[in-house]
Amino acid sequence: MAPPVLRVTGLTKVFGAREQEALRLAGEGHGRDEILRRTGATLAVHDVSFAVERGELFVVMGLSGSGKSTLVRLLNRLIEPSAGTVEVDGRDLRALDDATLRTVRNQKISMVFQHFALLPHRTVRENAAYALKVRGASAAEQRQRADWALETVGLLERADARPDELSGGMRQRVGLARALAADSEVLLMDEPFSALDPLIRRDMQDLLERLQSELAKTIVFITHDLNEAMRLGDRILMLKDGCTVQLGTGPEIISAPADDYVADFTSDVDRTRVLTAGDLLREPRLTARVGDRPGDVLRALGAAEANGVYVLDGDQVVAGVARDDLLARAVQEGRTAIGPRELVPDYATIAADRPVVDFVHLVGQHPVPLGVLDEAGRLLGVVPRAAVLDALSAVPVRGRRS
Amino acid sequence: MIPHVPLGQWVSDLIDWLLDAVPWLFDAISAVMQVLVDGLTDALVSPPPVVWIVVFTVLALLLRGPWLALYTLLAFLLVVSLELWVETMQTLALVLVAAVIAAAISVPLGVLAARHRAVSVVVRPVLDSMQTTPVFVYLIPAVFFFGVGVVPGVVATILFAIPPGVRLTELGIRQVDREVVEAAQAFGARPGQVLREVQLPLALPAIMAGVNQVIMLALSMVVTAGLLGAAGLGAVVVRAVTQLDVASGFEGGLAVVLLAVFLDRLTGAFGQRSVLSRLRQARVRRGRQQDAPVADTRVGAASPVGARSVG
Repeated sequence: MAPPVLRVTGLTKVFGAREQEALRLAGEGHGRDEILRRTGATLAVHDVSFAVERGELFVVMGLSGSGKSTLVRLLNRLIEPSAGTVEVDGRDLRALDDATLRTVRNQKISMVFQHFALLPHRTVRENAAYALKVRGASAAEQRQRADWALETVGLLERADARPDELSGGMRQRVGLARALAADSEVLLMDEPFSALDPLIRRDMQDLLERLQSELAKTIVFITHDLNEAMRLGDRILMLKDGCTVQLGTGPEIISAPADDYVADFTSDVDRTRVLTAGDLLREPRLTARVGDRPGDVLRALGAAEANGVYVLDGDQVVAGVARDDLLARAVQEGRTAIGPRELVPDYATIAADRPVVDFVHLVGQHPVPLGVLDEAGRLLGVVPRAAVLDALSAVPVRGRRS
Repeated sequence: MIPHVPLGQWVSDLIDWLLDAVPWLFDAISAVMQVLVDGLTDALVSPPPVVWIVVFTVLALLLRGPWLALYTLLAFLLVVSLELWVETMQTLALVLVAAVIAAAISVPLGVLAARHRAVSVVVRPVLDSMQTTPVFVYLIPAVFFFGVGVVPGVVATILFAIPPGVRLTELGIRQVDREVVEAAQAFGARPGQVLREVQLPLALPAIMAGVNQVIMLALSMVVTAGLLGAAGLGAVVVRAVTQLDVASGFEGGLAVVLLAVFLDRLTGAFGQRSVLSRLRQARVRRGRQQDAPVADTRVGAASPVGARSVG
């Protein structure tokens, strides 16, 4: 596997005069409040480590005061770290001199801001071209890259407008275009959609998902909204009081919150959008194969107290469902192998990556549980109705891991 | 008993020493200012008044609109009829020279103070004392250094007018949205670029408010400058006071007020982004019309900034 684009190790930030003393106390395991009381310094971020793979959308999630805004600014040294390393493409940012750091910021790391941070006296196009202007690119190249970026975010026709003529959502599209035009590998997004109203926010999330599927940037996305984190993030880092509480995929965090803090968050999450068919997947209790004896299958159905069974062909591909009544008739009529006449299309299937909200209406409608198929149509497993109800009703068990 | 500290004597000695040590410096400053004020006064006084009245009126029309233009026309016609035109122009020259120099000192100082905490810490108490020291106190060394006439008046005016320029510039730059500054830095802008492309343009309204204050304070120093023998409205007022001549005192005072209102409204306009963008929009529109004789109607409709910002 390729090395991670962004690797953060032991990243720590102390605000205040007695930095070294605060670091020592933090190293001894004292908490934020204790350090503030004893040194007057604020431990904003403490010992955070993670690595982001190329093309990954990595979410840092926390409430206000959790240090997430500080953390994202440590990643491009807008704020100078107190300890730890930030490596971009294997190069430690803290070892760079000012000029090299500026080059890295200009070419490797772009940033999108919560309140857009556009230059009000420049046009949309000039804003989008800012990184290229700083780079000293030719006017033609600036225009070409800026127009490409604006087209990508769907705002090319407003290129000559000024930011104050645009709505909030449009302004953030300009912010996004400015980051895209720089053509940098890493995108830092500091609560980019928090200042937008909910409908626009959803649009922007759609846009980001679409861009990410086309451009596959390496993104660090800051948010305080766990629904947003779950929706967008490949992995999520939960931050509390500057420390990592949990790091995992959305479903991992939902199904096993590390502590009460995380559990509190997850109780508000719309599980039907986070949990996927793959998360609820069970091994089917019973399957049959084309050519099996109907009598044997019928007996097995009786033992399993089921009304039907998936019948697979030699490649594990679903051929159909054998219902108990049809099997009984086959036995009466003396057929010795399950064939097309015993099979009915009385079942529903779903792909493993689809969220519960997409298939909840299909569950329980058929004699067999919902089938989960891979791209080739092979049966990966089933989602019984009880599993869906269990997942949706489950109140996370507090401190399951602790 | 507490012994007497000869503070005043020390300051007096310092001034004597300065006069001994670097007399050429004060001569040079004096000469430069004299040339500036005389040159500007000549330019303002030599053509017939109507020339400059038309210029001022057009300027008011362009920057502020018809009402200020009307005021400008009437005010300066009144000044002419009061037979105070020459004195008013002498005062205007003094104010403009003092204001330009004061702005040239205070804006960079304000920028420095905003960017470096140490500068701010040093500059602030100096500004405080400059603003609160009674004006007449620094008239005395001004006379020692520069003699009588227009130059000590200009110097005293400059000293008096610097503090608000520094303060408002510093405040303006500090108030620039931190995220926008961060954005420029995050895309690799050098500190000088951040200043030039972000901080100064965004602080412009505050800086121009500071320049406006500089000009107004300079004008308020006119009478004081008159005490030192500078020609102009100040001299008119001072003469009226010494002769207890109510009539010419009122006329001289009125001329100062008329000039003050004109300068305030005119320079106040610079601080508003709307005026700048209106000028820019007008330029862009002209440019477009030249580019494409058949104007794109959509473009015309989609430039509401100029329309919105009137008034």
